[in-house]
Amino acid sequence: MKLEELRFGTELLKRGFASMQKGGVIMDVVNAEQARIAEEAGAVAVMSLERVPSDIRKMGGVARMADPQKVTEIIEAVSIPVMGKVRIGHFVEAQVLETLGVDMIDESEVLTPADEQYHIDKKLFKVPFVCGARDLGEALRRINEGAAMIRTKGEAGTGNVVEAVRHMRNIMGEIRMLKGMDKQEMTDYARDIEAPAELVIECAERGRLPVVNFSAGGIATPSDAAMMMQLGADGVFVGSGIFKSTNPELMAKAIVEAVNHFNEPEVIARVSRGLGDAMPGLDIHTLRDDEVLQTRGR
Amino acid sequence: MDVKVGVLALQGNVSEHIDAFALALDRLGCGCSSAVVTVRHPADLEGCHALALPGGESTTISRLIDKNHLYKPIHNFSGGIFATCAGMVLIATHVDDARINTLNLIDMTVDRNAFGRQRESFEADISLSNIDGGPFHAIFIRAPVVTHAGASVKVLSRLDQGIVAVEHGKHMALSFHPELGGDTRLHERFLKNIGV
Repeated sequence: MKLEELRFGTELLKRGFASMQKGGVIMDVVNAEQARIAEEAGAVAVMSLERVPSDIRKMGGVARMADPQKVTEIIEAVSIPVMGKVRIGHFVEAQVLETLGVDMIDESEVLTPADEQYHIDKKLFKVPFVCGARDLGEALRRINEGAAMIRTKGEAGTGNVVEAVRHMRNIMGEIRMLKGMDKQEMTDYARDIEAPAELVIECAERGRLPVVNFSAGGIATPSDAAMMMQLGADGVFVGSGIFKSTNPELMAKAIVEAVNHFNEPEVIARVSRGLGDAMPGLDIHTLRDDEVLQTRGR
Repeated sequence: MDVKVGVLALQGNVSEHIDAFALALDRLGCGCSSAVVTVRHPADLEGCHALALPGGESTTISRLIDKNHLYKPIHNFSGGIFATCAGMVLIATHVDDARINTLNLIDMTVDRNAFGRQRESFEADISLSNIDGGPFHAIFIRAPVVTHAGASVKVLSRLDQGIVAVEHGKHMALSFHPELGGDTRLHERFLKNIGV
């Protein structure tokens, strides 16, 4: 087969890759050893970053893309896909991760935004992107920019699932609401939520987002993960929840099983037994405005 | 014929397989009398004539097959198995990764991620022997290839990197994702092979 007959980086390949992650758990890791633990526990992919979100909160300052050396070590350590986080709008960090061979790029509000006006033009890349969203309008704006996967933002690094629930309910509820509208009303609604009308109509026809939708930002226990699945998530991202718990190996395996059996409370009860402490949590209402990550990018 | 197709629903591209099989059954004229169901527990396999092993993460799916006590029921399944991507890895006798507990159903050796990482994933029109209607538009996503196939395995398609489509008795295994393209010729051929 001749190389010029192959097509790389198409929309179908990007969305197809995202679709293969469905029903899976994607775990934040900061080094090769954690990546191996995640893979061993049954993660479908790992997310490489410099610090997990709860440490980013503690350290303050500017949070950036991980050291390429670390990313490469993680890529070499595991056979499952490796994702990486870049700052909102930082297209050069994204170019760097693409060069390193990262399989999907997370344009993430957990890092300090590099551009307060524009997100990355994701259609210029061969690798797929995942982006955060809090409601349907935000999700569709990201998809319009080329995101192949959405993750509801939640509030990362808090170990508190309340914002993840809010954002998943927002998106699922808005899509349910579309079903009662005619085309004109949908077009009007699209204007209200600042989203392209054709994407709003596509959501109404499919009864779901046009791309895979994962849950993120505050999942700390197997029950949290299963609840997000029952609320309609296609899979979950677990950030600080694994490696800030007292027994990461056990917690990672338990969350994988809970996602797989999200509708079977007896399994969730069994895997939740004797896990040790989940990560310490934060009450959302105690966060100062400048400590809230979900409002970055819109 | 009433046909019941199961789709292994532990992780991965499950709903696309359900839709593709429903469409293929429809095109074969047995849509209304047939059913496509998800398989999560051994009891779900009862009455199934075929089982699809979807794409996803092969290490994850292999672990979940064991956890859900599905290894033996799938290994002993009397119907045909339609295995794509990660499914091709699982159905083989040999894989380049010891963590995968292969189902040992098709005598072949499979290399995971044989084309490279996601940026090397590609779409291409490939030729398939014994399939009418011209080239098949195939979608390869971090795809595996067969590097060695036993004498009883029928090779349907081969690229420079290795074999990408095979048949073995009632089973079919593919490196790529026919469930993503809307072309159901391979699904239909598989269903005809099991007697539909």
